[in-house]
Amino acid sequence: MAFSNEQIERYSRHIILKEVGVKGQKRLLNGKVLIIGAGGLGAPAAMYLAAAGVGTIGIADADEVDLSNLQRQIIHSTKDLGKAKVISAKETMEEINPDVTVNTYHTFVSADNISELIKDYDFIIDGTDNFPAKFLINDACVMAKKPFSHAGIIRFQGQLMTYVPGEGPCYRCVFKNPPPKDAVPTCRQAGVIGAMGGIIGSLQAMEAVKYLLGVGELLTGYLLTYDALKMTFRKIKLPKHVADCPVCGDNPTIHELVDYEQAECDGAF
Amino acid sequence: MKLIVKGEEKEYKEGLTLAQLVELEKIETPQYVTASVNDELLSAGEFEKTLLKDGDVLEFLYFMGGGGL
Repeated sequence: MAFSNEQIERYSRHIILKEVGVKGQKRLLNGKVLIIGAGGLGAPAAMYLAAAGVGTIGIADADEVDLSNLQRQIIHSTKDLGKAKVISAKETMEEINPDVTVNTYHTFVSADNISELIKDYDFIIDGTDNFPAKFLINDACVMAKKPFSHAGIIRFQGQLMTYVPGEGPCYRCVFKNPPPKDAVPTCRQAGVIGAMGGIIGSLQAMEAVKYLLGVGELLTGYLLTYDALKMTFRKIKLPKHVADCPVCGDNPTIHELVDYEQAECDGAF
Repeated sequence: MKLIVKGEEKEYKEGLTLAQLVELEKIETPQYVTASVNDELLSAGEFEKTLLKDGDVLEFLYFMGGGGL
């Protein structure tokens, strides 16, 4: 595949980087990333991945754009109110970069469909807002040996970690089971500062890009936490292997995907 | 004894359990926090019986669920 003059210009700031170059840019164009959740985290992640020229981007979300989303979900605009988030997201991504093929999945991600959804992608981004989805994504990715980026944001805080099969702990190694409903506050109940999604979602895009390029060090074996009020980032080291993890440990007890009943944020995705 | 809690070295009394430290440090939603002691991850059920010793390095890992809606 040869680059057009337009592509050489579009990606010139990438191509000039020794870590990217023509070869790396081709890897990005051949890359496939699935973003689950077109919200606070998924919005910036999707926009940066589209701009970067990641050739195939899948986006899954069952929701429609609501006025209360627009304080932080910058992929959607006022004109998109009521539109399916995946369609609004696709339109924005295609406007940014026509090189990108966007696959939309206007559906709740569940134990029944997640394996099929993730199977053709190289890297998965968890941009969901609830624990059942986060545990489901973790378990499905561990079972299918797919790398993924976990993230969560609330109030002025955010965190993320990257799972790569065989190279470090999974989300369940750290958090064994979802907390009971309403035990831990959600963004709807507790609020979240808009730029937090931008920061953490962009970091997720950065992990996906690095994974596709095969450069640098990923957040495998670390949980990165960000406190915006104190303006501190902390990279917390995690054990390399958690022997008693129920899904990726030495004797796993979870062999099937489950939809946890408890639904945060009033059942919405 | 000295403990390194969330990256900061602080002085604590001898014989402190992890459960007592969680209280002292006013850790939010302590029953749903995972603690990392040196390189080991512990859930809330194990805090009471975990005796801390000089030089232990502690981190607290919180559930953070938001991001989508």
